[in-house]
Amino acid sequence: MKRFRAFLNKEFLHIFRDVRTMMILFLIPVFQVLIFGYVIKNEVKDAKVAVLDFSGDVMTAALVAKLDAANDIKIVKTLYSYEEIEASFKANEIKAAIVFESDFAKKFNTEKTVDLQIILDASDPNLANLLNSYISAIANNYARDKNIGAAKINVSVEPRMLYNENLVSAYMFVPGTMALILMVITALMSSISIVKEKEMGTMEILLVSPLKPIQIIFGKLAPYAILSIINAVSIIIIGNLVFGVPVLGSPILLLFVSFVFIMMALSLGLLVSNIAKSQQVAMFISMFGLLLPTMLLSGFIFPIKNMPLALQYISHIIPAKYFLSALKSIMLKGLGISYIWKEISILIFMTIAFIGISIKKFKIRLDS
Amino acid sequence: MNNSIEIYNLNKSFKSVKALDNLKLTVEQGGFYGLIGPDGAGKTTLMRIITGLLLPDSGDIMIGGLNPVTDYRKLRLKLGYMPGKFSLYQDLTVEENLSFFAKVFDTTIKENYHLIAPVYSQIEPFKNRRAGKLSGGMKQKLALSCALVHKPEILILDEPTTGVDAVSRREFWEMLNQIRQKGITILVSTPYMEEAVLCDKISLMFDGKIIDSGTPTEITSKFKEKIYILKTTRLREILKIARQMRELKSVNAFGQNLHLVVRDNLVGIHEIESFIKKACDYEFEIEPSQADIEDCFIDYLVS
Amino acid sequence: MSNENIIEVENLVKKFGDFTANDNLTFTVKKSEIFGFLGANGAGKTTAIKILCGILFPTSGKVSVAGFDIYKERNKIKENIGYMSQGFSLYEDLTVKENIEFYAGIYGVKRKVIKTRLNELVEKLDIADLKNKFVRDLPLGWKQKIAFSVAIFHKPKVVFLDEPTSGVDPITRRQFWDLIYEAVESGITVFVTTHYMDEAEYCDRISIMVDGKIDAIGTPAELKTMHNAKNMDDVFIKLARKQSEENK
Repeated sequence: MKRFRAFLNKEFLHIFRDVRTMMILFLIPVFQVLIFGYVIKNEVKDAKVAVLDFSGDVMTAALVAKLDAANDIKIVKTLYSYEEIEASFKANEIKAAIVFESDFAKKFNTEKTVDLQIILDASDPNLANLLNSYISAIANNYARDKNIGAAKINVSVEPRMLYNENLVSAYMFVPGTMALILMVITALMSSISIVKEKEMGTMEILLVSPLKPIQIIFGKLAPYAILSIINAVSIIIIGNLVFGVPVLGSPILLLFVSFVFIMMALSLGLLVSNIAKSQQVAMFISMFGLLLPTMLLSGFIFPIKNMPLALQYISHIIPAKYFLSALKSIMLKGLGISYIWKEISILIFMTIAFIGISIKKFKIRLDS
Repeated sequence: MNNSIEIYNLNKSFKSVKALDNLKLTVEQGGFYGLIGPDGAGKTTLMRIITGLLLPDSGDIMIGGLNPVTDYRKLRLKLGYMPGKFSLYQDLTVEENLSFFAKVFDTTIKENYHLIAPVYSQIEPFKNRRAGKLSGGMKQKLALSCALVHKPEILILDEPTTGVDAVSRREFWEMLNQIRQKGITILVSTPYMEEAVLCDKISLMFDGKIIDSGTPTEITSKFKEKIYILKTTRLREILKIARQMRELKSVNAFGQNLHLVVRDNLVGIHEIESFIKKACDYEFEIEPSQADIEDCFIDYLVS
Repeated sequence: MSNENIIEVENLVKKFGDFTANDNLTFTVKKSEIFGFLGANGAGKTTAIKILCGILFPTSGKVSVAGFDIYKERNKIKENIGYMSQGFSLYEDLTVKENIEFYAGIYGVKRKVIKTRLNELVEKLDIADLKNKFVRDLPLGWKQKIAFSVAIFHKPKVVFLDEPTSGVDPITRRQFWDLIYEAVESGITVFVTTHYMDEAEYCDRISIMVDGKIDAIGTPAELKTMHNAKNMDDVFIKLARKQSEENK
């Protein structure tokens, strides 16, 4: 144990002495969350919206004028059929379409209730979410201003593109960033730090010393596990305080899932360090084998359902996919463990598999 | 148990390259043993097998009474190892490096200070400096301190003096001598032939083979050809001339002198003298001499 | 050797922050001379070589190499020098021929000339069978000999050799020096560092650097007489001892 402590101590000295490592560990996560957050906030400006008006009366005209006058919405098109909506979405001409039912003013005045449908492009969930609340608010204000008894406009929302029907992923950037950063810190940094010892020749001395291989492995991984947890917590806090990303479910479950993912990433880092002989190779494998898939195939940036079938299959072996799905359930839907046990078990299974392979491959001697 | 290192019929290949070819090596307890040979001779491979870092293809090996293949765990406590590159943590200070290696072996700097003192005291004034900022000679001393701090029975040093200047090299050998006085067995490798005489016993290595083993004098006394030393201020010119004499097996510059080795005792000192005088007017002196280790090595390479 | 100076250094000072790596160096190297540049590790040799090769600016002082000023004509200097170090010599994943063609190419040697010189070199070193081998498959000794031939392939005025024979076997080491002699006879100036003290004797003149300063300069014979030493090893040790006593 004393030996192990000495080893840990040394590892922390390495980390705290290296400015670059410290930046990657502490500054980059914060910046990444802030940048993602602000980029998403700034996207809503003059969103293009089309109108499909089956009524064409005074009231709908007034509502369209009000919507067009609103800051962030621009009515760019008037449509005449549902088919045209689909076509406009596909041509990327509009982000949303508003459908007024026929006899709008009449129904509002006599039946006291009328339907307004918003059709949204849900592949851009952040924007869709915002447009939804904007349009609803404008319509409701308008109804209140008319002040005809209890008359109201029923706003119904219909997302398109099939994916992401509940639009909760406006805040996906927090889980996504977390997956990415935990992957960078744990897999990339830990594998590089192990390979560095091989390169410097110090691994030779460690292998000849009474330190057990398992102590070397854990001594190398433990500091990064601790630092990643700190990072995970700070990302959640920043997301919540700065951007209002909620944590609806249990914080303890959230931490537990993060911990499972960190373990998985560490076991991947260990595997990379076994294969790589130089820091460059470790970096290369981590970048292309771990980080890019985490970003592109996990559902973080591109919705999995929109991917070609082959990529959808590949996404099944991307650990971050399960992590994201679990995080989403906990943070944004407030679901408990009974809903995410599948994701957790898959991550744990992956961890065990990677560690198994690594330990089998860890060389207590030098390569021959 | 009188031998710290006993190796018989050791073979090791990397793919198709034979790195070690049927080696035999014995180092007595408390001995000071040198492996002498150029890069690529197999010195590092041999040391890595001794420390258990590499597995041999075949052979019987006992290090400190233990088999490095099966008993590597116990063996590690007995060994001090300094690999070819000065393997230190560049971002840790001198003291942090040393204290790390002490703790790894469950000891402290204080406990074995007497052992490392001859080496460590020289760099102790810089103990708060990062290892990366040390000069080559100081790095070498720190690496040696780290290898010694757990009081090993056997110290294995892989080319500790390569790339180090002549003065630091000499100091280093003096330190090794002091360590040796404390009863530690030393196995050291070097490409510098002149360092051979500083060891009790040596093995000359080339191309995965041991050419010869024994005390330096044993080895040099086996040199059968007649050897002459030629002193002159016109080294380059006379070297060219002497090389044209067919009765000479080899003519080589050794610092300020030439060494002339006669083929099968074909000629004597006078014939050589007159051969050179016929070709030039430069002044020179020739006298009979004894072969040194480098002569033996060259003789092996040319025959 | 002629009287023409190929390297002229006057009051060269190089500082890194408050550390003085080169402290007021003054020396000259003559055309076709073998100049041994000796000194302890960390004495400032590498810094001085970098300055002479035009890859580092001095803090102050006058330096000219091959007749060109270090401040104004760095590119001219680079065209007229060759460089070889123990660490980097040749690309391991290229063949000998490809390496030579590459280096000759970047120094602007014409294709036709490359071809003739390559053939000459193959004949001289007797490497017809090695020509198309990958450098990584060559023994160290050959690598170093070929690296040297590559460094002087474009017929530079000066060639800088940084510990060229480190770790090489005794025969190859001497063959290497034969190559140096040959280069010198063809008019190339050789500027060499080494830790082998016997090699110091093979130089025409040597300088010994201690703590950033040149402590001694002269022919090996002069230095030996001056310090009452029996060989260069002795001179070197005496200088270093003197230094450490002064420090006390």
